[in-house]
Amino acid sequence: MGKWINRQSLVTLIGVLIIYAIVQGSIFMDVLPPFVALTLIQICIYVILASSLNLINGITGQFSIGHAGFMAIGGYVAAIVIVKFHGPLILALLFGALVSAVAGFLIGLPTLRLKGDYLAIATLGLGEIVRIIFLNTEYVGGASGFSVPKTINWTWAFWLTALSILIIRNFTNSTHGRACISIRENEIAADAMGINTTKYKIMAFTIGAFFAGLAGGIYANYMYIIQPMTFSFLKSFDILVMVVLGGLGSLTGSIVGAVVMTVASAALAGLPEWRLVITAVLLVAMMIFKPTGLLGTKEFSLSFLGKKGDKNAASKN
Amino acid sequence: MGNVTQQFLQQIVNGLSLGSIYALIALGYTMVYGIIKLINFAHGDIMMVGAYVGWYATTVLHLSFLPALLIAMVVSAILGVLIERIAYKPLRNVIRIASLITAIGVSLFLEYGGMLLVSPQVRTYPPVFPSTIYNVGGIIIKYGDIVMVVTSIVLMISLHVIVQYSKIGKAMRAVSFDTEAALLMGINVNNTISATFAIGSGLAAAAGVLMGVYFNTIDPLMGIIPGLKAFVAAVLGGIGILPGAMVGGYFLGLTEAFVSGLGWSTWRDAVAFLILILVLIVKPSGLFGKNIREKV
Repeated sequence: MGKWINRQSLVTLIGVLIIYAIVQGSIFMDVLPPFVALTLIQICIYVILASSLNLINGITGQFSIGHAGFMAIGGYVAAIVIVKFHGPLILALLFGALVSAVAGFLIGLPTLRLKGDYLAIATLGLGEIVRIIFLNTEYVGGASGFSVPKTINWTWAFWLTALSILIIRNFTNSTHGRACISIRENEIAADAMGINTTKYKIMAFTIGAFFAGLAGGIYANYMYIIQPMTFSFLKSFDILVMVVLGGLGSLTGSIVGAVVMTVASAALAGLPEWRLVITAVLLVAMMIFKPTGLLGTKEFSLSFLGKKGDKNAASKN
Repeated sequence: MGNVTQQFLQQIVNGLSLGSIYALIALGYTMVYGIIKLINFAHGDIMMVGAYVGWYATTVLHLSFLPALLIAMVVSAILGVLIERIAYKPLRNVIRIASLITAIGVSLFLEYGGMLLVSPQVRTYPPVFPSTIYNVGGIIIKYGDIVMVVTSIVLMISLHVIVQYSKIGKAMRAVSFDTEAALLMGINVNNTISATFAIGSGLAAAAGVLMGVYFNTIDPLMGIIPGLKAFVAAVLGGIGILPGAMVGGYFLGLTEAFVSGLGWSTWRDAVAFLILILVLIVKPSGLFGKNIREKV
C-alpha cells in the first residue's frame, strides 16, 4: 500500500478529482455551453486514442497509421450492442473494445512482421478496408450512417479516460512495457537479448486496439450517428499528429497533444480547411525543428513532490 | 464473339487506361523511394496540382493537350523539387518516421491549401479530345483510352532512356544503389535527389492531366486514393524497381476494372488494399524484388 499511495499519486488523484468536480459542477448548474461540453467529451475520446496509439507507435516503435479502423470497429460494435440488442452501455463499450482488440490481434499477427514504412502502409490499408466493409454493410446503415442514442455523459467519458490512462501507464512501466521500449530502441538487439519481440509487438498492438475500440464506443454513444466517412485515414492522421506533437513515446505528451489539438480544432471549427492547413504546417515545422515532439520521450511528472520520485522517463534519447 | 469474351476484353481496355495512370504515378513513388527511402505521401497531391495546372492551361490559356501536358509537368516538377528542398531535405539524416510524418503533413498541406486556393468545388475539364468512339467487334474504345495508353507508354520509354543512358540517370542509379559510395565518386547527391523528385513529379502531373481529361472532373482531394493505389502498385512490383512499378500499375488497373465489371465497384478500393497486404505478407520485396537480409 505504501507504494501505491505516495505524495505524487495523491496529488494526481486530487487533481483528477478537481477537474472532474469543476466540469460536473458546471454541468449540474447548467452553466456549460453545449459546444464546450462537446469539446470536453471529444478531448476525452482523443486522449484515449492518442495514448493508445502512443503505446503502439511511441513505446513499441511500430509505425501504425490505421488507428481509425479500430476506432470504427469499437464504435460500430458498441452501437450494434446498444441499438440491435438493447444491451447496457457498459457491456456495449466493453464488447466493442474487446472485438477491436481481437481484430487488432488477428491483424497484428501477420502484419507486425513488417517493418517501418511497410507496416505503416499496411495498417493504413487495413484501416481503409475496415471502413469500406462498414460502408458496404447495410445492417449498420451503409454510407448514410447508423443512428445511436446518446447514452454517454461526462462522468462516463471522464472516468473511462482516467482508467485507460492508468492502465496504459502501468503497462508502460511494467516488465512488458520495458520489453516494448527495448523493441523500439533496437529490435534486433532486443531479440538477441531473448525478448520475444513478436509477442510484445502483438501485445502492444492488441492493447492499443482495445483502447481505440473503447474510444470508438464512447464516440458512437455520444454523437447520435456514426458514419464510415468519420473513420477515414484522415482520422488516423489526426490521432497521429497528436501523438507526434506531444512526443512519440511520452504518455503525458500524448495527453497534452490530444488536448491542444482538440481545443485548436474546436477553435477553428468554422474554418475546416484552415484547420487542416494549420495542422499540416505545424506537423512539418515540428518535424523539421523538433522531430521529437514537445516532450520527446520524457514524461511530465510531479516527481519533485515525492521524496524519491518515480523515475518513469523511458529513455534519454 | 461471345458476350463473356466481349465483356472480358472490354474490361481489359478499361483496365489498361486506368493502369496507365497508376503506372505513371507509381513510377514517381518508386523512384523517390528507391533513392531516399521515403514514402512520398504527397505524390498523389502533386498529381492533383498537375491536373489543376492542366485545367488552367486548357480553359484559361486555351492551349491544346500537348502544351498543357508539358506545362503541367514542368510546374509540378518545380513544385516537387521545392517540397523536397523545404520539407524533406532537412530530415534526411534523422529517424525515418520523422520524414514519413512530414510527408503526411505536406500531403495535407497540398490538399487543404489547394482547397483554400482553388475552392473545394469540383471542376469539369473541357473536351480536349474528340469524343470519338471506336467500336471494335462490340468492344468500345474511346479516343481517350488510346491517348492515355500511348502517352504513358511514350513517357515510360523516355524515362527508361533517361535512367539507363543519360548522365543524371546513371547518377540516380548510383545514389539509389549506395548513397555514400556515390558521394565518394563525386556525384552531387543533392542535385540527383532533386532531379529524381523533378522527374517523378512530372510523371505524376502527366497522370493528373490524363486523369482529368479522362474522367472530366477534378477536385483538390482527387489525389488521395489514386496516390495510395499507385503506392500499392509500386509495392506490388517491388519498390525501387521501375519495370515493377509499371507492371504493378497495369496489374492494379486491370484488377480494378474486373472487380468493377463484376458489379462490385464499391469494393474495389478494399481489393487494392487487400492485394497490398497479401503482397506484403507473402513477398514484401514485391514481385520483382530481391530479399535483402537486415544486418545488425
